[in-house]
Amino acid sequence: MSNRHAVPFITPGVRVLLALAAAGLAVLAIRLVWGLGAVTNLNDQYPWGLWIGIDVATGVALAAGGFTTAFVAHVLHRHKYEVLVRPALLTAALGYTFVGLGVCVDLGRYYNIWHYFVPGLPNGNSALFEVGMCVCLYLTVLYIEFLPIVCERFLGRVNLPGALRALNGLVEGVLRVLQRTLDRVMTIFIILGVVLSCAHQSSLGTLMVIAPDKLHPLWFTTILPMQFLLSAFAVGLAMAIFESILASRSLKRPLEMDVLAPLARIIPFLLTIYFGSKLIDMVNRGSYRYLDDGSPQSVAWLVEVIVGVVLPWAILLTHRLRRRPGWLFSAAAMVVLGVALNRINVFIIGYKPLYADGPYVPAIPEIVLTVGFISILVLLYRAFVFIFPVLHDEGEVHHA
Amino acid sequence: MVTRRDFFKITGTAAGTAAVALAGVETAQARPALDPDRMGVLCDFTFCIGCRRCEYACAGENGLPQGALESYDDKSLLEKTRRPDRQTFTVINRYPALAGQSGSLDVKVNCLHCEHPACVSACPVSALVKNARGPVTYDASRCIGCRYCMVACPFQIPAYEYNEPLTPRVMKCTLCSDRILAEGGIPACVEICPAETMVYGTRDALLKVAHDRIRNHPGRYVDHVYGEYEAGGTSWLYLCDRSFQEVDLPAVANQSPAEVTEAIQHGIFRGFTGPLMVFILTSVILKSAGKGPGQAREDKHE
Ligand code: SF4
Repeated sequence: MSNRHAVPFITPGVRVLLALAAAGLAVLAIRLVWGLGAVTNLNDQYPWGLWIGIDVATGVALAAGGFTTAFVAHVLHRHKYEVLVRPALLTAALGYTFVGLGVCVDLGRYYNIWHYFVPGLPNGNSALFEVGMCVCLYLTVLYIEFLPIVCERFLGRVNLPGALRALNGLVEGVLRVLQRTLDRVMTIFIILGVVLSCAHQSSLGTLMVIAPDKLHPLWFTTILPMQFLLSAFAVGLAMAIFESILASRSLKRPLEMDVLAPLARIIPFLLTIYFGSKLIDMVNRGSYRYLDDGSPQSVAWLVEVIVGVVLPWAILLTHRLRRRPGWLFSAAAMVVLGVALNRINVFIIGYKPLYADGPYVPAIPEIVLTVGFISILVLLYRAFVFIFPVLHDEGEVHHA
Repeated sequence: MVTRRDFFKITGTAAGTAAVALAGVETAQARPALDPDRMGVLCDFTFCIGCRRCEYACAGENGLPQGALESYDDKSLLEKTRRPDRQTFTVINRYPALAGQSGSLDVKVNCLHCEHPACVSACPVSALVKNARGPVTYDASRCIGCRYCMVACPFQIPAYEYNEPLTPRVMKCTLCSDRILAEGGIPACVEICPAETMVYGTRDALLKVAHDRIRNHPGRYVDHVYGEYEAGGTSWLYLCDRSFQEVDLPAVANQSPAEVTEAIQHGIFRGFTGPLMVFILTSVILKSAGKGPGQAREDKHE
């Protein structure tokens, strides 16, 4: 398998990731045995912390590359972008899997999660119900979207060991039928993926609309759902560019600049709409009054907007810079960082409970678990790329 | 090769299937009607003597660490501003006398049992419900422990058992629902209070009593019944000699915060209009975008 790649699977970097992953799992074990109180700084004032703010809210936003690239390549028929769809799909599938895991770690009674499907219990008034339901359905869609890649990997190469060899033909046949069926219906799942993504990306913003007295006025607005959706569009494409360059570098493959640069042109346009909605709302609510009060929130807002919106916007609009991998990478990374910061601001830094004794600062184990989960995600991504034909141009062109 | 007819057949079927699959989402219920005779408690801070017997009775009633009655004579606790927590569903906080008046003010804090509770609206699995007779009750066996109710509560009341590894509960006043929903029962705190700080009765009647008191005792109260409109109205109603913000009750809007989120949820998901529109729009773009002028139409079959 690894002969398709110029680099070995295990590198010093991978070793570090493995260590971080192990530390994260150790925290998970402590959480399971001694409870949330043993590893988190959560309390009655701050019921949500790092795990909801980063593992869940930020995770969902950064996994938006799955539906945005699919939309551009398959719905708008810009087929040259297809090379980006598979890596983004893999990120989304892994990302959402970890969002689900992250939620379960944070849930006090994770073993009751199936109550989402018990007739009579689901509460349609709850934005959280809708987020959970859509994430669950979308995860299913993502797995289905990934199936053709699995088929492609094994078709014509099924080689079961020993006594199972007799089944080779059968498995081949099953795979072939599966592939043909998937090919016929895939369009539906692509559209469904777009629908479900729009639904839960926005509902994630609705979550905080229920806490008008707790969320800082710099972020609180009833159009938060719309802003979450708009920023998800932008960050989805930025993330696809970001990870494409990262993967190319790490796996020592040529950059896909001829697709990345034109795709990057769309981002300033999306950023403009997103930022426009933010500014208009800010003027509307008069919340700019909170900008120069020197509070941590005002600083966080400015960093979010300058680093995450204004700078990458300027870079990406400059034709010369956009075509340079270094600049393009920085700009994409800034958009990713900006949207991540936005989610962290809305869920953590901007959350100001009425009776707080002080700010919430994540406990070390909370950070270790989050870092550990991200490490596992990166390791799995690498493993999948080694095993499955995810990246473009691997000597075996995929004509699905 | 998928033909145009195929395409619309497949998308059509899928739209139907999606609608069914999403049916769980579209459970956006209308709010259950409240009983016109629903109960409430009128709590007059100016009567309270800070004896903390209500705390004692409450702990006993709810199986919380109670201690001996004498331990509640310790009045030093009154001086610091406490909040209800996982072991104390109600607390009394003392505030200094107003300038030129004698006697401090003792303020009882507990769940206000909103008329349109944000916690109930927020709970994804209906573990919190608003009883038509008044109480907002919690069913731990349904709870998934997401703590969204705590995020949603405009009064920041629900507490959590963070140190329970397996069966943590959301902890808050129940309005003694077990007692009051049975005929003739009254909440334990109301029952034990020696100062008649609290009156238990139908919310409508209590509102009348409250406004009568304000009218009949000019100068004793601010002209404001806290809970009449706050957060869409609450079952607990308060009377006070000073602005409620001075005794740390929040200045919340007269509309339940859930009103807005429910409007958003219903606006988008009622009859799946939102998702269905995105679905149709995406399908149409998908079908037409490929045929634009100058745009090489690639075979969907690849
Ligand atoms: S913690 Fe329990 S009661 Fe509170 S919203 Fe979540 S599921 Fe409902």
